[in-house]
Amino acid sequence: MTDPSPAPVLEMIGVEHAYRRTVALRGVTLTVQAGEVVAVTGPSGCGKSTLLHAAAGIVRRQAGTVRLLGEDLATLDETARTRLRRRRVGIVLQFGQLVPDLSVVENVALPLLLDGHERRAARTAAIEWLARAGFDEDADAPPSELSGGQAQRVAVARALVAGPAVLFADEPTGSMDMLGGEQLLELLLGAASERGVAVVLVTHDNVVAAHADREVRLRDGRVETEAVLR
Amino acid sequence: MATNELVLALLRQGPAHGYDLKRDHDAWFPDARPLAFGQVYATLGRLERSGQVEVLETRSEGGPERTVYALTERGEQQLRDWLAEPAGPAASSAEEIVRKTVAALRTGGDAAAFLARQRAAHLRRIRELTATPAGADPAARLARDHLVVHLDADLRWLDLAVERVAVAGRRSDDHAPATSEEAIR
Repeated sequence: MTDPSPAPVLEMIGVEHAYRRTVALRGVTLTVQAGEVVAVTGPSGCGKSTLLHAAAGIVRRQAGTVRLLGEDLATLDETARTRLRRRRVGIVLQFGQLVPDLSVVENVALPLLLDGHERRAARTAAIEWLARAGFDEDADAPPSELSGGQAQRVAVARALVAGPAVLFADEPTGSMDMLGGEQLLELLLGAASERGVAVVLVTHDNVVAAHADREVRLRDGRVETEAVLR
Repeated sequence: MATNELVLALLRQGPAHGYDLKRDHDAWFPDARPLAFGQVYATLGRLERSGQVEVLETRSEGGPERTVYALTERGEQQLRDWLAEPAGPAASSAEEIVRKTVAALRTGGDAAAFLARQRAAHLRRIRELTATPAGADPAARLARDHLVVHLDADLRWLDLAVERVAVAGRRSDDHAPATSEEAIR
């Protein structure tokens, strides 16, 4: 017998997380299906970035369950979680977060190199992804020479180079103007949709959120509303 | 709507007949209501009487007769004057969305649920507008951008309304007398 609905890429059940003084998540339950684009929105301090970090296993939830690509993150040690992220998860943050000591192309090739791919093949794949991302400057330059928009294109290429099943993006267009942001978003969502990559998109920008299939709105660390936009 | 001036602007591209003008208008404003033929001909008639357009020729080419119109110097001047004047900033507190939201709040209905539904409707409209490619024509893109930016402004206003409703809710909770259950405990 075949299962009619494939397993979700992300399942969060009753997830709670607190920083030293503030409670960021108060029991969040959220499911993301393969290929789905979900926008996580809400006022500042509502817990949306913490939700993304807990989903990606960057912070450990203090209560509840996070199942990412079928793996219960609580049962994985740090090494296993890092390996899962490197192979199957792409992450794009607001300011690119490129490694300053590596060139642009080395930054993009990094996930493949860390995963033991051969150097030349990794470089070739990185150059292909940079072209796909519309990066048209010197790929051997250091990230410090890039504009914000170009750095984000590099970050998108790096997030997608290893062929992830899910992409986590935290305010990916937050440092860009409207036109640049729109181009980056089209690139990111276009590439994800072609490859059936699920996207969890944290944003405070309503126009960015409107590109999603579904909006999950948080308030005070809880899901306040959910809306299907498709 | 400044249909007169829009028709002048359309004719600025070169002489055209009514059908061309309608088609170009609808391409310039792909998300607006299409211009009705009746309106095009009525406008051309008005502009001709005031000397802003003139009839260049009447072609029939086997089919129905078609009148080709061209811009006159007076029409050019009118178009220049129109473009030199900024449009009046038109924000109205009597728009439907404002009326409905205020009415929802004043009548004591579930304002939060109303606001959530309105938010979802706006997001879906932006999604529709951004999902269909406007093509390479930047002018068509501009008209669409204007809609998107205005919907975004509505959304920010709705977010503010949600915050105000939440704050007002907390305040009235603080002042409300304890429930009998709490009093007993």
